[in-house]
Amino acid sequence: MSDQSDGTGGLTFDKSKKNWPNELNVFGALILIIIIFEVLGAIYMQQSLLFDTRDRFDSIFNEARLRIIIIQVAIIGIIAIGVTQVIITAGIDLSSGSVVGATAMIAMSFAQVAEVNGGPNPKAIFGEWALDLPVLVPLVVGLAVGLVAGAVNGILVAFARIPPFIATLGMMLFARGVAQWWSLGNPVSFPTEGYAKIGAGMMPVIIFLSLALLFHLIMNYTVYGKHTYAIGSNEAAARMSGINVPRHLLLVYMIAGMLAGLAAVILTSKNLTAQSGMGLSYELEAIAMAVIGGVSLFGGRGSIIGTVIGALIIGVITSGFTFLRLGAFYQEMVLGCIIVGAVALDQYQQKRGAARA
Amino acid sequence: MSDIILETKGLTKHYGGVHALEDADFQLKRGEHIAIMGDNGAGKSTFVRQITGVEQRTRGDVIFDGVPVNFAGPLDAREAGIETVFQTLALADDLNVPDNLFLGREKTKFDWLGPFRLLDYKSMREDTMAGLVKTGVKIPNIKNTIANMSGGQRQCVAIARTATFASKLTIMDEPTAALGVQETAQVENIVRTLKDQGESLILVSHNMRQVFDLVDRIIVFRRGRIVANLNVEDTDGNDVVSYITGAKTGAEYEGAA
Repeated sequence: MSDQSDGTGGLTFDKSKKNWPNELNVFGALILIIIIFEVLGAIYMQQSLLFDTRDRFDSIFNEARLRIIIIQVAIIGIIAIGVTQVIITAGIDLSSGSVVGATAMIAMSFAQVAEVNGGPNPKAIFGEWALDLPVLVPLVVGLAVGLVAGAVNGILVAFARIPPFIATLGMMLFARGVAQWWSLGNPVSFPTEGYAKIGAGMMPVIIFLSLALLFHLIMNYTVYGKHTYAIGSNEAAARMSGINVPRHLLLVYMIAGMLAGLAAVILTSKNLTAQSGMGLSYELEAIAMAVIGGVSLFGGRGSIIGTVIGALIIGVITSGFTFLRLGAFYQEMVLGCIIVGAVALDQYQQKRGAARA
Repeated sequence: MSDIILETKGLTKHYGGVHALEDADFQLKRGEHIAIMGDNGAGKSTFVRQITGVEQRTRGDVIFDGVPVNFAGPLDAREAGIETVFQTLALADDLNVPDNLFLGREKTKFDWLGPFRLLDYKSMREDTMAGLVKTGVKIPNIKNTIANMSGGQRQCVAIARTATFASKLTIMDEPTAALGVQETAQVENIVRTLKDQGESLILVSHNMRQVFDLVDRIIVFRRGRIVANLNVEDTDGNDVVSYITGAKTGAEYEGAA
């Protein structure tokens, strides 16, 4: 099967118009950032960021640091997978951080043990019926809370036609309120052993990468993915082509909400406690991952792979600044510049694309 | 099977007090290519919108392929076999050619997966190639996104939809209004190809040369009414312009304008 059509018209194939995958640019940026840190590390710290320079070990990479880099972005990365899909529809989800907070409190309440150090659990939220439940219960509760929050977002955006920014801003405030009201600000602690295993060790990373792979396939090889891109690219055309746009948007926001719920479960399992302030500003970090990864806020363009690389860029920068023993404030300044730079680059590419057409 | 693919009887559309379309009686034979002409606001687009179900008519009948129809929306019309190439292209810029052709009616596998059913890329690509060959549309690389294409190529993609889905009637609303000379020629070639294949076509156009080149019959609208029905052989540009401007009114339409 050739890509060349055999019609008339006399147009010739123009190689310069071939699509260059944007993920390669983002990956190039990741490599560039790593090189910068390696050079700075060699000059100022006489150490390497990612490669092993210690004589005692004979591995190529500094595995401990690689592990830290990916663990610290894995949980927000799970949220970013959902946020990426929302942004591709030309929407935005500001509520995911607060949904993490609310879901953390609610799910953890169903994951508590009955006995702590021989006495009753001092942090128990419900009566005995909710203690020592099988791990499936808090997991399902967590996913369900996230799903409901996402469904409300979706209904507001798709059916009530409220701009996504406002609808999810409302949900952001509401869900944070729920998180604080749930136990009147008290932390919910002492999970069952089974629950504590969900987010233990490298589990967040395994879950993050599996979900990234799953949604990469879904976005590229299913009707769901095609319609998501189509709606973000030209909503009017999507509607004229017979796509049920409101129903599809609802589904996208529900998936994003459910992924935020899952992130909350993993986070509380990892920390062994739930607090009402959990997930604060996660939504912004998730959006940052997507934007750095080349997802266009105008919709229609971007990919899960891009977002994963965007997450890694944030992870490398965070670790890099710690490695160079620079304060966290520098790191935020640099991240701010990178986000603006990524959007500026996207704008520039879009303009160039329009000029070529 | 009736010889007439589309017929309207007394088709009327009022927007409040504005009578945009008044008692349009119209017939289109199978395989015939006709042009609709008229000044701005004469009722051409209103007429097309009533047929394609974009708007609901005030009164009158539309008979398509021998059956009275009442399309609830453009999708119904498309299902029935009326393919419209809109003035504003209904294409998703970030998708490639087959994705756009099959948007909303993708070929799929494993349909039990619901919204997550798999796309049958191979089959859609093959059908796209067949459709492009049939219409003579030349797209250098069908895997390119629409955003990277020229206006002419985009228009061709929109037109190629009709050939890919074996529609019974194609309606084109000003298909070359925004195109350059070479691209216009390309679109006109495609229209000729459609004629050879016996596709029925309604062409809304302001371009006199194009109309005389491409169609069998010209319908002129003026102030919401059909004022002339002319065979291309029996008329000329001056004649058509007289009808468009109202200097002349057809015998059977006397008193209509």
